[in-house]
Amino acid sequence: MTGLGSLISPAATLSIAHVLAGALVLASFMMLYQDRLSSVINVLALHSTVLGVAVGWQAYIQHAPELYITAGLALGFKAVVIPIALQRIVIRLGIHHQIEAVGGISVTMLAGIGLVALSLVVMLRTAAHADALAREDVALALAVILLGMLMMVTRRNAVSQIVGFMSLENGLILAAAGAQGMPLVVEISVAFSILIAFIVIGVFLFRIRERFDTVDSAALDAFRGEAQ
Amino acid sequence: MTGIAYDAVIATIAIPTLAALILAVVPSWRLAAGINVGATFLTLAASTVLLRYRPVPTELFLIDDLNIVFLLLNGFVGFTTSMFSASYIAHELQTGHLTPRYLRFYHAMYQVMMVGMNLALITNNLGLMWFGVELATLSTVMMVGIYRTPASIEASWKYLILGSVGIALALFGTILIYLAAKPVLGVGMGAMQWTNLLHRAAELDPAMLNVGFIFLLIGYGTKAGLVPMHAWLPDAHAEGPTPISAVLSGLLLNVALYAILRFKMLLAMSHATVQPGILMIGVGLLSLFFAAIMLYRRRDIKRMFAYSSIEHMGIIAFAFGIGGPLGNIAGLLQMMMHSLTKSAIFFSVGHIAQAKGTQKIAAITGLTKSHPLLGWTLVAGVAAIAGLPPFGIFTSEFLLITSTFARAPLLAVLLGFGILLAFGALLMRMTSVCFGEPSEVSYPITASSISIFLHLGIVLLVGLAMPAFLYAWFAHVATLLG
Amino acid sequence: MDLIVPLLLQLFQIGLVILVAPLLAGFVRLLKARLQRRSGPPLLQIYRDLAKLIGKDAIVAGDASWLVVLAPYAIFVLTWIAAALVPSFATGLPFSGAGDLIAVVALLGTARFFQMLAALDVATAFGGLGASREAMFASLAEPAMLMIVFTVAVVAGSSQLSAIADFMHSQAAGLRLSLGLGLVALVIVALAETGRFPVDNPATHLELTMVHEAMVLDYSGRHLALIELAHALKLTLYMSLIACIFVPFGMAGPGAALPALAIALVGYIGKLAAGAVLLAVFETTIAKMRIFRVPNFIGAALMLGLLGTLLLFVSATL
Repeated sequence: MTGLGSLISPAATLSIAHVLAGALVLASFMMLYQDRLSSVINVLALHSTVLGVAVGWQAYIQHAPELYITAGLALGFKAVVIPIALQRIVIRLGIHHQIEAVGGISVTMLAGIGLVALSLVVMLRTAAHADALAREDVALALAVILLGMLMMVTRRNAVSQIVGFMSLENGLILAAAGAQGMPLVVEISVAFSILIAFIVIGVFLFRIRERFDTVDSAALDAFRGEAQ
Repeated sequence: MTGIAYDAVIATIAIPTLAALILAVVPSWRLAAGINVGATFLTLAASTVLLRYRPVPTELFLIDDLNIVFLLLNGFVGFTTSMFSASYIAHELQTGHLTPRYLRFYHAMYQVMMVGMNLALITNNLGLMWFGVELATLSTVMMVGIYRTPASIEASWKYLILGSVGIALALFGTILIYLAAKPVLGVGMGAMQWTNLLHRAAELDPAMLNVGFIFLLIGYGTKAGLVPMHAWLPDAHAEGPTPISAVLSGLLLNVALYAILRFKMLLAMSHATVQPGILMIGVGLLSLFFAAIMLYRRRDIKRMFAYSSIEHMGIIAFAFGIGGPLGNIAGLLQMMMHSLTKSAIFFSVGHIAQAKGTQKIAAITGLTKSHPLLGWTLVAGVAAIAGLPPFGIFTSEFLLITSTFARAPLLAVLLGFGILLAFGALLMRMTSVCFGEPSEVSYPITASSISIFLHLGIVLLVGLAMPAFLYAWFAHVATLLG
Repeated sequence: MDLIVPLLLQLFQIGLVILVAPLLAGFVRLLKARLQRRSGPPLLQIYRDLAKLIGKDAIVAGDASWLVVLAPYAIFVLTWIAAALVPSFATGLPFSGAGDLIAVVALLGTARFFQMLAALDVATAFGGLGASREAMFASLAEPAMLMIVFTVAVVAGSSQLSAIADFMHSQAAGLRLSLGLGLVALVIVALAETGRFPVDNPATHLELTMVHEAMVLDYSGRHLALIELAHALKLTLYMSLIACIFVPFGMAGPGAALPALAIALVGYIGKLAAGAVLLAVFETTIAKMRIFRVPNFIGAALMLGLLGTLLLFVSATL
């Protein structure tokens, strides 16, 4: 490991960290772009893989071995187990070929760019005193979080909303990993990703399925109670 | 560090955890309800011990004047709600709304929620506080959807999504605060400890604190039901079982607001930050007016009182926003009184809904004639929540308006107007529900009214003659809040 | 003497692109066929096709104006100049001062202008169809290309291709996020502009799916030969562009000796071959998009370019 460290200059290690964080932002954009459910889930797997690599790199340059566990969990659980489970559910519900009205990809992408710009400007101005690694990682992580929220807002299908939420969580994990030395939170956020994933997949989709024949939240909207 | 104090602190978390584990396996619902009541009573006892013996703050735990109030309130309302829940559940089983299998789950989740809330209150660590609020939220989400009707599934889905996004934003805010603290307090647990942060607040980077506070306000504000993040609240209250509505309104909203208060304390100590009060005043007024207007058109009784909770959270946020000694006292008092009153209202509404078999306001009339006990307690409750004297909420609202008038008359006028709006709606509805000719539909119920009387009694007592120690206590905390 | 060698090299480059272009197109076609388990046309088939076409009569529609006769020559010359300006194996050649990214974009734009006008001039339905589709794609692809140009130019400090290649070759560039985004965007734009999957199928003649083919349907003989050659030149141009900006390793600097030049030439051919392999694999694995989804695809390139530029303005190290 030290051999590798001497090959890469400090500036390069920083750049690699940023490229990985930027790849996560790119994966979020890819997720916004998809309109078929199975491809959305595949991009989630990609997203979590990139997260695993990014957190692993952070573990290496911060010399924080516990982050390797987080990276491993992200790779093993969120990149493999959850997408497979979601694919199974989607196939069982029979919606894997469904193309959903996403409400204009170009508008969504523009909004996404706006959000990325906003998060970069806010975080980079605010954290001007923090060290370079943390600052830009947190800025890009905020961009991923906002893009995850955008995904949840522009989608009508419950599965897509879950995937959007998971990408939001990935952004949080990146932020927590980038803020060096944050003690419990990395473990906690990973644990909660797993918990929410189980709750959501195991309980709600089947409850919804048992009540309706669709996971379309527009159908759920009919039961919204008196108009808000 | 006194051994007993430390034990009591651990007990507030350990007892509910143990109870949750036991309740997950106990098959008989009567026994489970009994264990539930017993566990909450023991937790309350542990909290009262902490009144007397205060432990020294450790890395993980902290008991100071601010959170002891909420801890006690938590224990008390948790206890009375469990008593209400025991009688409520009997009727739900009878009518077939719930099956015994779900009741095990329900009781276990109830205790898990108590663990989460207590953890959030007693901890000295930012991360653990977030963890506690998240745990409490997740357990209530599970409980809201327990009826498995389409409407309740929609309500719990919405609550899950909005709550999770809120929690995620709150975590991000916590990370930002940590980043601000890292240069000053070093890496690791030390930078996430309240006592350390408060001590060195002036040295923390103000810009980071500002941005962090905004995220925290949005994140925890979602949990507290502040507009515009409130969308989950009416549905969750209306569709979940009534004990959950009581606990949500009475406890969870308070815990979320407590979290915001902690951060407000931090920001107030640092002079270069944007004063958080302005943000809180804005959000508070927005919530107040929005909820007050929405109160007029509600057709479901629990939904109406849910909006009333939003309204009061707005008033409380406004109170802390205005700040100063009187403003803070008013806020604290209002939090306590609202918690007690709203849960009492939900207790009686729960039984009323069971008695009438419906939650629609139009179908419920003439309660004082058909069910005098329930009717008159509801009248008292609504009078209390609307801010009529001699109840405690009148005291806090009056205190708030007068202190605001001295500082910013325009805001006081707005505040008063909003309160009056809500007052009108509540009174209108109350007259239609409680008075007039009774509607035909009526089921027999055995109401447990002791909880209602306890709560309303305390509110009345505080309103008539506020105990001096209570006032002194609030005053002390108010100075901490800045 | 000092002037002769660079001048010869420059002329060699101009000739090289036009010689290599049909070979590259043929290689891609052969690879695709082999990947699809067909034997495919021979590697040098396109040369033979061009020779055959040149020998044939050029038939022009009766209603067409002089534009239809002029267009193939204009398109060919403009594309050839653009392709020749992109440094392939050596930087700092005599004409490299004119080798500006924006100039390349402008030349290609002018060629596209002639292409579309000529297609409209023939007044067939297919011509109009092809031209309107081409316009739809170009309205997004050109801004995307410009965003990429801005990104690269801000990073390298110049929009001249030779200078960019030298900058990227040196260690000063490092691994930068905006360049990564620019690369992805450039690949998408290249796919769109060269009429490859998933934007357009170069082998189709179905009216539902034609874009480029629809515009050249009425050409024959030497006109068709020129247009086909221009099309192949465009593919070479874009591959050279990607290689020059993002993979400039091995390119010989000004005044390099013969061995270095030879190595650089071999390297350049290698890069083209690698690009051909990647393109063939990509085209085999992906299906063509519906026409109305292509603006989303190219729009994504525009967004990525925009994001890359944005990152440069907001942060110094991204």
